[in-house]
Amino acid sequence: MELGPYIILGLLEGLVTAAVLSLMAVGLSLVFGVMRVVNVAHGEFFMVGAVLAWWIAGSIEGNPALGFVAAMLLAPPLTAGLAVIADQLILKRIGYDPERTIVATIGLLYVIQQLTLMTFGPDARPVEAPFNNRLSIPLLEWTNDGLALYWPWGLGTTSYKIAVILAALTLLVAIWLLMTRTRYGLIMRATQLDRETALAFAIPVNRVYASVFGLGAGLAALGGVLIVPIQQAHYLMGHDPLLLSFIVVIIGGLGSLPGTIVAALLIGLSDGIISIFFSPTLAKIIATLAVAFFLVFRPQGFFGKRAL
Amino acid sequence: MSELKKSWLLHLGIVALLFVLQFVLPSYHHASMARIMVLTCYAMGYNILFGYTGLLSLGHALFFAAGMYGLSLSMQHLEWLAGPALIIGLLSGVVVSLTIGLLLLRTTGVAFMIVTLMFSQAGYLTVLYFGEFTRGDEGLVIQQELRSIAGIDLSDPTSRYFAALLLMTICIIVSLRVVQAGFGRVLVAIRENNERTRMLGYDIQRHKLSAIVLSGTMSAAAGACYCLLFGYAGATFASVQYSIFPLLWVLLGGAGTVLGPFVGTLFMFYLIDLSSGLTTAYMLIAGFSLVMLTLFAPQGLVGEIRRRGLRWLP
Repeated sequence: MELGPYIILGLLEGLVTAAVLSLMAVGLSLVFGVMRVVNVAHGEFFMVGAVLAWWIAGSIEGNPALGFVAAMLLAPPLTAGLAVIADQLILKRIGYDPERTIVATIGLLYVIQQLTLMTFGPDARPVEAPFNNRLSIPLLEWTNDGLALYWPWGLGTTSYKIAVILAALTLLVAIWLLMTRTRYGLIMRATQLDRETALAFAIPVNRVYASVFGLGAGLAALGGVLIVPIQQAHYLMGHDPLLLSFIVVIIGGLGSLPGTIVAALLIGLSDGIISIFFSPTLAKIIATLAVAFFLVFRPQGFFGKRAL
Repeated sequence: MSELKKSWLLHLGIVALLFVLQFVLPSYHHASMARIMVLTCYAMGYNILFGYTGLLSLGHALFFAAGMYGLSLSMQHLEWLAGPALIIGLLSGVVVSLTIGLLLLRTTGVAFMIVTLMFSQAGYLTVLYFGEFTRGDEGLVIQQELRSIAGIDLSDPTSRYFAALLLMTICIIVSLRVVQAGFGRVLVAIRENNERTRMLGYDIQRHKLSAIVLSGTMSAAAGACYCLLFGYAGATFASVQYSIFPLLWVLLGGAGTVLGPFVGTLFMFYLIDLSSGLTTAYMLIAGFSLVMLTLFAPQGLVGEIRRRGLRWLP
């Protein structure tokens, strides 16, 4: 196979990564934008979503599609509920102080991760995809009769991966509509702009905070549910996506929704391409160093207006 | 008795107590205590930056690992003796903390934490990437016959205990001197009010950089000695977990107190030691303690004692 098909394959895998990553990063960015809270436990909500999906899909008999749909409908709200409880029990009581919330969410990270280890166990467990047809991708080439289609061997994807990309796109549009076209979005943006004034206008800021924290966790969990038929559920699976979504949020500019999505595409696609040519460890070293230098020299990101 | 005298007496008294303990402790706790004392030095280094200067680092494992790998790599691959290798360990701590420190000066607040986290993650991945030399997660084992300085065999439990006690005594003295000197007071002033300190004419950036280098070098010394005394260097010591531990120890013991790191390390070491006998999920204890500490005891144990009576505790 020549180079071209490899790159197309890399781009497709990258698009799937970007789709899941953008859901997670938008959740992280919303929580930071509205609450000014850096949620280090965000990756664990992703993991909880995947593990719950395994549990729900496993406990429903019959067609695997039925179990998966049930998981998609139930796992994110359950995770969101967990996050709301954590917000009320911990974050609210320390007054959302930036440094103390980081320490508290690090603690929360270990609590969730280790409780999963104790109940779910150390093994990786698969969930069956609702549909999984192989799709081959044709390329164009010049032959003696002019342009013709041909199907390189090994170049293909599955219908499920395409569905993940489409689902993520739909959800992102829904989030954007929620933020810009609804009363709830207006309240959220008001709280983000000025907490004190929002309070003065009788906006229940504490309830907004709790629901935003829940929404963020729910988005991460949804990402987890979508990825679990491709990548198995495991109690440490939240670690890498957390790092990547931090990178995305920082490069996109904290609290900027379009910036986050552009950065997710950028990171997802380059992750797909780079991992074809370099070892994954080297790719991660480059990415983490890039983010560190980015924060040192351009803390406001590409699209953000204020610094971290 | 003046407060200065009282605090010296208290800290040297604790050193003397640990000296005597060595003759009565059963062998298991004897070995644990040596480990705790070395890790305390790591926590004390962390405390200089977090407790006194108010800069929360999430990447101190980078400095700990710099000392550890500075020593172990030069012993393993350059076949150096323990003495010169220890100096290399310290020097790599100075170089790494100075380089990272210069970059960190450009960031504040949450960005500071994330940048430290990212640099230490890159360090951890680098250790894994050069697995050919570092042997990654499996780690390097330093041969027993190489672990001696000036004819003293440091793998022997008694001399190991004394070496750990000596290191901790040095760190206590350094911490006390820093806290009592003008330099330490400026650090506390930076923690309390950055802008006001600047207005008073102090060079904030220079003081912050000195604090980072001092803190990083103490952590590197702990890392190098840990490797020398226990004969092992592994990638785990460079991972995020080992950046979180000193934060946990210092928070538990009391940030901004000289004795806090020791008390915190002692308690948390035994808590995790006991719970890892019961379950593999021993990090649950660490996570739970972090949440509880931020909620109910942000001052830590020694900080609480200071608040309730012994106001003179440094």
